[in-house]
Amino acid sequence: MAVASDVPKESFRLSMLIYDTRYRSITIQIFVLLLFALFVSWLISNTISNLAIRGKEFNFGFLWSRAGYDIGQALIPYSNDSSHLTALFVGLVNTLVVALLGCVLATILGVIIGVLRLSKNWLVGRLMTVYVEMFRNVPLLLWILLSYVILSETTPQPRDFRVTDEMAAAGEAPAASMMLFDTVAVTNRGTNIPSPLFDVSLGSVDLGFMSVNLTILAYILVIAGSVWINRRILAAARARQEATGDRPVTWWKSLLVLFGPVIALSVGLGLHLEIPELKGFNFAGGILVAHSFTALLIALTLYTAAFIAEIVRAGIMAINRGQSEAAFALGLRPGRTMNLIILPQALRVIIPPLISQFLNLTKNTSLGIAVSYLDLRGTLGGITLNQTGRELECMLLMMLIYLTISLIISALMNLYNSSVQIKAR
Amino acid sequence: MKKSVFLGVVAATTMVAGAAAAQSTLEAVKARGELICGSNTGLTGFGAPDANGNWAGFDVDLCRAVAAAIFGDGTKVKFVPTTGETRFTALQSGEVDLLVRNSTWTVSRDSELALDFVAVNYYDGQGFMVKKDLGVSSAKELDGATVCIQTGTTTELNLADFFKQNNISYQPVTVADDSEAQRQYLAGACDAYTTDASGLAASRATMPDAENHVILPEIISKEPLGPVVRHGDSNWGDIVRWTYFALLIAEEKGITKANVNEVAGSTTDEEVKRLLGLADSGDLPAKLGLPNDAFKNAIAAVGNYGEIFAANIGEGTTINLARGLNALWTQGGLQYAPPFR
Ligand SMILES: N[C@@H](CCC(=O)N[C@@H](CS)C(=O)NCC(=O)O)C(=O)O
Repeated sequence: MAVASDVPKESFRLSMLIYDTRYRSITIQIFVLLLFALFVSWLISNTISNLAIRGKEFNFGFLWSRAGYDIGQALIPYSNDSSHLTALFVGLVNTLVVALLGCVLATILGVIIGVLRLSKNWLVGRLMTVYVEMFRNVPLLLWILLSYVILSETTPQPRDFRVTDEMAAAGEAPAASMMLFDTVAVTNRGTNIPSPLFDVSLGSVDLGFMSVNLTILAYILVIAGSVWINRRILAAARARQEATGDRPVTWWKSLLVLFGPVIALSVGLGLHLEIPELKGFNFAGGILVAHSFTALLIALTLYTAAFIAEIVRAGIMAINRGQSEAAFALGLRPGRTMNLIILPQALRVIIPPLISQFLNLTKNTSLGIAVSYLDLRGTLGGITLNQTGRELECMLLMMLIYLTISLIISALMNLYNSSVQIKAR
Repeated sequence: MKKSVFLGVVAATTMVAGAAAAQSTLEAVKARGELICGSNTGLTGFGAPDANGNWAGFDVDLCRAVAAAIFGDGTKVKFVPTTGETRFTALQSGEVDLLVRNSTWTVSRDSELALDFVAVNYYDGQGFMVKKDLGVSSAKELDGATVCIQTGTTTELNLADFFKQNNISYQPVTVADDSEAQRQYLAGACDAYTTDASGLAASRATMPDAENHVILPEIISKEPLGPVVRHGDSNWGDIVRWTYFALLIAEEKGITKANVNEVAGSTTDEEVKRLLGLADSGDLPAKLGLPNDAFKNAIAAVGNYGEIFAANIGEGTTINLARGLNALWTQGGLQYAPPFR
């Protein structure tokens, strides 16, 4: 047969890179990649040469010099003699604290609202719809400012709490008084709450850039240990139940294991509360939770909860009706049906979009700058950047840190996600 | 937002700087037909727009003088409001040609921020303001107080130093600008407001109950405030510096907004002739790249230093500041211009 020899000999011509569909897409991709690389290197070289013209070099040495400014809310030891690096960590901790509390509270609130939105009770359902639409459709920044204004404009000044000698003589009460058995004072600057104090101090170890409080560490270790032992007890009970069919009574063991060691530790260290007291301009003693923190936390929680509620609702609606009908047929009450049958299955649908809500919330903490909350954006990206003039370094570092936090959150949530997926047994 | 700031910084450093390097600031200003001056977000007496949107104030007038020196017209200025935090970035990125905004001359701003302070138009110091009924008469009694400070300022750093030195504590509340500080202070969210004493006086003048607030006697720092330009364009720095000196020399020689033309016609003082760029007096202004009558125009547009001071912040205005350190050297003050020759 001569047919085979009729096929023209395959020879490569340059024009085939464009006209031959086999090569064209690769050609285009390489071309675009080259252009992109060119653009990036142009940006970088331009930046470097212009920084050089300006007499500025790219250098992170400033992080080790004295910061010189004070920070209102510092959860790790900090003074104006600390370095900019320590200030960065103070900001980072402030960011993480609101982010963490925000995620937890928003999830709790979001799940409740999402479930209630599906309620058969017309009024409850509608109210939840109103909540969701209201918070989802107004910018977060406005909620933050509103919370802050409400907190700081409707509360009394510290001096309104003062009882002067004349007032005491006349038997008059001050304009404002403390709450919760005189332990909590809400002023227009913040909420003063009692703080735990210890008679015995375990001291702290210095890690160079920050020091770790050993008392807190002791508590973390004891609680983690208790939780671990409790899980062992429950696992043992479950094993016994599966083997023999009857479940041993564990509640008192759990209670003992969970609370005994913590109480023992507290008694041993002499834990007591320090109640805030009006001294001079402000309340002294106790812990001051500034309104900037509270406002940011409230706004982030309420706003993100609206989105989470929608995710939860979608997750529940994705579960086949047959599931709840079957559960009802087995005689399960609606509450148990929700907890045991629907929510565990809905989790699979809920978690992936929930991750992005957590990421959003974490990044949105940087809006705290609007109420002067000194988080990472306020310290590293605010005062440090300004006082040292290192815009590029600070911005890059800040982006890197936010990126790292986000990637860690995604990784953790993905782990959790794979643990709730259907497993082939 | 973070991203856009970053891109802004990159874009600003790359593009604008490229343009600025190719063209001198003076050429750029001339080509544009107006000067762009960084000012306050609004500090009555120093730099604030009035009800019609016309900017007025002590710092604003210096910008107008520079515009008049370049264009012969003091209205060819655009004012850009900046906060303590944004001002230096605005200058470095080329968004403004000149910054006159209560800015303190420090070594780190000269070196790390790569700026050039070209003069001191107001010698100041940091003070504290409190409500009268607080019963405080000295800053050292402020132990435990909540203090409002503007972020991105020298104020922030001085405050930390002062409280540490006196072994007393405070709770800082950082705010972005003067109006926010005023709001927080008036609402009682802070016990004391601290910034430059001149800024306190200006801020107090706009409060509804100005008489209920006192500025404490302690001045805790030196705050030489002055016009700032970018590092690297010395000619532009010279233009701003000598425009300012021209206003000082004018006060020293008794040249005012009203009589400048008359003086130009009749003077026999050689330095005045050189300053006003009269015929046969050389061409010193032209050597700076300006028209020969540049400084005459500047004085005609805004008046001499003393007039600017008196009209905006001096005794008799609501701000009511005494000349004090800012009197001419001949009157025992610090304001001193090198010879114009
Ligand atoms: N001189 C200090 C402080 C400058 C400053 O922020 N001044 C205040 C009050 S004097 C101001 O101009 N505020 C007006 C505004 O926020 O626009 C510095 O340069 O860092």
